[in-house]
Amino acid sequence: MTGRTLSGKAAIAGIGATEFSKESGRSELQLSVEAVRHALADCGLTPADVDGLVTFTMDTSSEIAVARELGIPELRFFSRINYGGGAACATVQQAAMAVATGVADVVVAYRGFNERSGDRFGQVSSWAAAQVNTNGLDNAWTYPLGLSTPAATVAMQARRYMHEYGATSADFGAVAVADRRHAATNPAAFFYGKPITLEDHQASRMIADPLHLLDCCQESDGAVALVVVSAERAKDLAQRPAYIAAAAQGSGRDQFVMTSYYRDDIGIPEIGVVGRELWKQSGLTPADMPMAVLYDHFTPYVLMQLEELGFCGRGEAKDFVRDGAIEVGGRLPVNTHGGQLGEAYIHGMNGVAEGVRQIRGTSVNPVADAHHVLVTAGTGVPTSGLILSA
Amino acid sequence: MSGPVRPVVNRDNAYFFEGTAKRELRIQKCNQCGVLRHPPGPACPDCGAFDRGFVVSAGQGTVFSYVVHHAPQVPGKQLPLVIALLDLDEGVRMVAEMTGPVEIGDRATVGWNVVDDDLTLPIWTKVDR
Repeated sequence: MTGRTLSGKAAIAGIGATEFSKESGRSELQLSVEAVRHALADCGLTPADVDGLVTFTMDTSSEIAVARELGIPELRFFSRINYGGGAACATVQQAAMAVATGVADVVVAYRGFNERSGDRFGQVSSWAAAQVNTNGLDNAWTYPLGLSTPAATVAMQARRYMHEYGATSADFGAVAVADRRHAATNPAAFFYGKPITLEDHQASRMIADPLHLLDCCQESDGAVALVVVSAERAKDLAQRPAYIAAAAQGSGRDQFVMTSYYRDDIGIPEIGVVGRELWKQSGLTPADMPMAVLYDHFTPYVLMQLEELGFCGRGEAKDFVRDGAIEVGGRLPVNTHGGQLGEAYIHGMNGVAEGVRQIRGTSVNPVADAHHVLVTAGTGVPTSGLILSA
Repeated sequence: MSGPVRPVVNRDNAYFFEGTAKRELRIQKCNQCGVLRHPPGPACPDCGAFDRGFVVSAGQGTVFSYVVHHAPQVPGKQLPLVIALLDLDEGVRMVAEMTGPVEIGDRATVGWNVVDDDLTLPIWTKVDR
């Protein structure tokens, strides 16, 4: 580790989560506090060891509220990342930068919400168009015209992608089938024991044509927390460290939140920005990845990510995902926890936790020789990614 | 809620909604270098000028992509709702509520959805060829 690099300087030492449900029956703050306690216990630390907290701008539980409930005495570092699910891996990047520079010693990234029993992201979030800021102004071009749900904004991109490259709804369905197959053997998944077929996917009702219901992630209640410490400290803790080989954020040219429709190619170049930095920072390539956790709020974006990240060429993902290639046993298993379609939608943080479990060898759907795992955050928005290494 | 979600309006986008009130579809123009831009902003990304004007669009465009929204319910709209991305003949792209089904490549022409005294929105109709 020489020079100015983050690579290898920090590790995820502990992971924790609540159960994933449709009605948690407790407050969002309580969910986050429970998840942080589990994550600290997982690696043998206590709240007294924590001096940094990071979460999403969207999270309703402030760092100081979480610190109060946990009895964390003092915080030396606290930070939030904007842009919805695009924040997931960036919370870990923030924590890694803090511990790598000595700004803090033990930083916990957390995300907790009642996203099914409380404010449902799948509904029209009229508040998003009422914000008196540039995001609200951006939404003036869509919400009043009726384009006002995440599914619909992605469907606009998906339709053009199908037109350009000949991808079909069944190609998107391959992602749903893989996710649900993996969830079916994951007791923590909401859809444990409930695999689907491509026929189920095709028969599911239209939400925002061309997206069917089974192209869309769940709405979930739950929380996940991740403990980040320096690589040196991680060696002394209870679990096998998942070293952070690379951590990156990315925003593309002419970027908007879910509605980057005005650039010539309306794809998701923001994850390409992340990917290039991840490969450069880690010195690894797509060929070095035995598996990946790709943020799956909507299935078309998984195909587009495979292309932007360099696993295949532009327009080739429809062929890449065929014949079980992204299922366990295939050439690039994706979302071995079941993803956000199958396990739960915890804004991508449960995907980071799965990456850690694969590095530890404790995933319920283990991938052989998973020495490196790529994890991405939400796309269609300014986003982020990680490469975790054994 | 009966009407559609209302836009946040400030000095950077007011010209657009002042235009729709007069049945004009306005596209922001840089008074310095002449480039057209939508969505608008206070600074020209091409030349840096803060000198913003507009042109009135002819209100004709070509469908670049579209979605048919089936669920959930959307305030002030009947479902299924067709929303398109239109490449306007002037060279900018705009999100467009449509009056009916379209396909990529279809031509469309602008009309007006008078919501109330304070808000008029563009609504587009496919042009049969």
